[in-house]
Amino acid sequence: MDPIVATTVSVISAATPLLLAANGELVAEKAGVLNLGVEGMMLVGAVSGFAVTLITGSATLGILAAASAGALLALLFGLLTLGLMANQVATGLALTIFGVGVSSLVGAGFVGTPVERLPRLDIPGLSDLPVLGPLLFGHDALVYLSVAMVALTAWFLGRTRAGMILRACGENDEAAHALGYPVIAVRFAAVLFGGVMSGLAGAFLSLSYTPMWVEAMTAGRGWIALALVVFAAWRPWRLLIGAYLFGGVTILQLHAQGLGLFAVPSQVLSMLPYLATILVLTLIAAGSGRRRLDAPACLGRPFRPPA
Amino acid sequence: MTLKTTRRTLLAGAAATGALALPGSRLLAAEQVKAGWVYVGPIGDHGWTYTHDQGRLDVEKALGDKVVTTYVENVAEGPDAERVIRQLAASGNDIIFATSFGFMNPVIRVAKQFPKVKFEHATGYKTAPNVAVYNARFHEGRTVIGTIAGRLSKSGIVGYIASFPIPEVVMGINAFTLAMRKRRPDAQIKVVWVNSWYDPGKEADAAKALIDQGADIITQHTDSPAPLQVAEERGVSGFGQASDMRKFAPNAQLTAIVDHWGPYYVERVKAVLEGTWKSHIIWHGLKEGMVQIAPYGPRVPEEVRAEADAVKQGIIDGTLHPFAGPIRDQAGELRVPEGQSLSDEELLKMDWYVEGVQA
Repeated sequence: MDPIVATTVSVISAATPLLLAANGELVAEKAGVLNLGVEGMMLVGAVSGFAVTLITGSATLGILAAASAGALLALLFGLLTLGLMANQVATGLALTIFGVGVSSLVGAGFVGTPVERLPRLDIPGLSDLPVLGPLLFGHDALVYLSVAMVALTAWFLGRTRAGMILRACGENDEAAHALGYPVIAVRFAAVLFGGVMSGLAGAFLSLSYTPMWVEAMTAGRGWIALALVVFAAWRPWRLLIGAYLFGGVTILQLHAQGLGLFAVPSQVLSMLPYLATILVLTLIAAGSGRRRLDAPACLGRPFRPPA
Repeated sequence: MTLKTTRRTLLAGAAATGALALPGSRLLAAEQVKAGWVYVGPIGDHGWTYTHDQGRLDVEKALGDKVVTTYVENVAEGPDAERVIRQLAASGNDIIFATSFGFMNPVIRVAKQFPKVKFEHATGYKTAPNVAVYNARFHEGRTVIGTIAGRLSKSGIVGYIASFPIPEVVMGINAFTLAMRKRRPDAQIKVVWVNSWYDPGKEADAAKALIDQGADIITQHTDSPAPLQVAEERGVSGFGQASDMRKFAPNAQLTAIVDHWGPYYVERVKAVLEGTWKSHIIWHGLKEGMVQIAPYGPRVPEEVRAEADAVKQGIIDGTLHPFAGPIRDQAGELRVPEGQSLSDEELLKMDWYVEGVQA
């Protein structure tokens, strides 16, 4: 495979978990809920997907299990923040810590065992094309799902009535309530969706990216996904760009080291993805001061139905 | 309700404590030893920490009732390490094994406060009356695998996934390069630093990047099997690190450098039992069996196996030194003339790379 094509394929792989998790979080935040527990949900998704695939031998069941595990943790978050009005930030952080711990516990028996990587798409004629083959037709199901979900999310939020109601709940929950929309139920559904997507992101890590289970294997990707939502100004298509940008810098810094390109210490090169994110966020904030207006107005505020 | 403490009760209490303390106070030998291990990663890393835990299990097997072992895994190098080590010392452990370089300063600090507890620090260089240092000559293993790489690499480019630029890692890179270039003078070793001992995702990314740049052999100084997994998938070959990783790469693994801590651990815990424990710095290798070479994989032909075995035997006999001159550094300067070799002290401070390394 041509090195440039191979590198691009690596970038797509690196960006996919970020894209999946950030997509779910975007929908949750659009509804007004700030769920900081993405890292925890990704990890329980990763361990469940891995365990079920290992035990049953079926990757499909594994992916379903991962989505369910993410949803379960999101359900817990929803009960606490939407049902009991707990502080969203604190609950989200607690969820992350809980997710890390519970996934380590569950996964303890599975460490050190490999599993079959998710099957790659293999269309006889198309997958063999020299450049477009591996680039467009050689990925596994979750990669295609990640891009499809971005399109679906953009269409849902922008073009459907249900999506508009969801956005309304995030912009002005009291007005939405006054109009008769079930704010809590809508937010709950959004949070569950976020959980499912984070679980799938985790499953991608443990079934496709590095087909094994290791403790805390997300290595901070959940936090990057959270930053990506802000970076994308809560717009799905910009999320795609952000995820690929971040994935790209992560991979390219390793390539730069291998080529001996820059006489910069490797530690600085490791920082590049995070510096890129900060740089872009700063430029955006400085450029159009309206960036702050893009955040859902009720983000993070608990909704108390007026008496 | 206040407790009435009269002088009488105080003296009685002191006498009782003294009486209790006397029998325990100095029998040099003990009936049972409590031994603790501090691990930098998870036991399931199937690499560095896994082999240390195998050593701990060997101690349990060898000494049975005479030892009670505990371990704490995933202890990050840094402030948390000191807390964990102190806790192990305070909870009655007689000997504590700290199995990573980054535990060095915490161990020295805690050792000062617990002079009766023995500490063993792996791969460090600071000792104290109750702190011993033990190290393994991993670079001897690197010489053997470098030999194999020199014979089997088609492109002549090797991808080396490294953790941190400390002397142990630098030594390993250099030993590998020297051995490979003896058989393949134009070999290039590309080093990528992942700045972590254990990060499977990053290690896999690094392996992919190196393979994309033409490496057809992957080797690593990090602890997960992820690079080998990538190698297996891409059809290139690689070497396992710290333990036999063939489960993850049945075809790709040419061989592995296996750490074997059991015999040393048994010896040291026995020394505490018998009261003969003394601080030291030891550096054992292939000869003492602390470093072993795993069985060869399917891609290693007979004559290469024979050559690798000969190199191994030479190191064990002392006829072959992994760092025998002439050695030139990256700038081409002659650092070690012919007929001489680098001493242990020079190796432990190594901060330069030999010709052929691109770090």
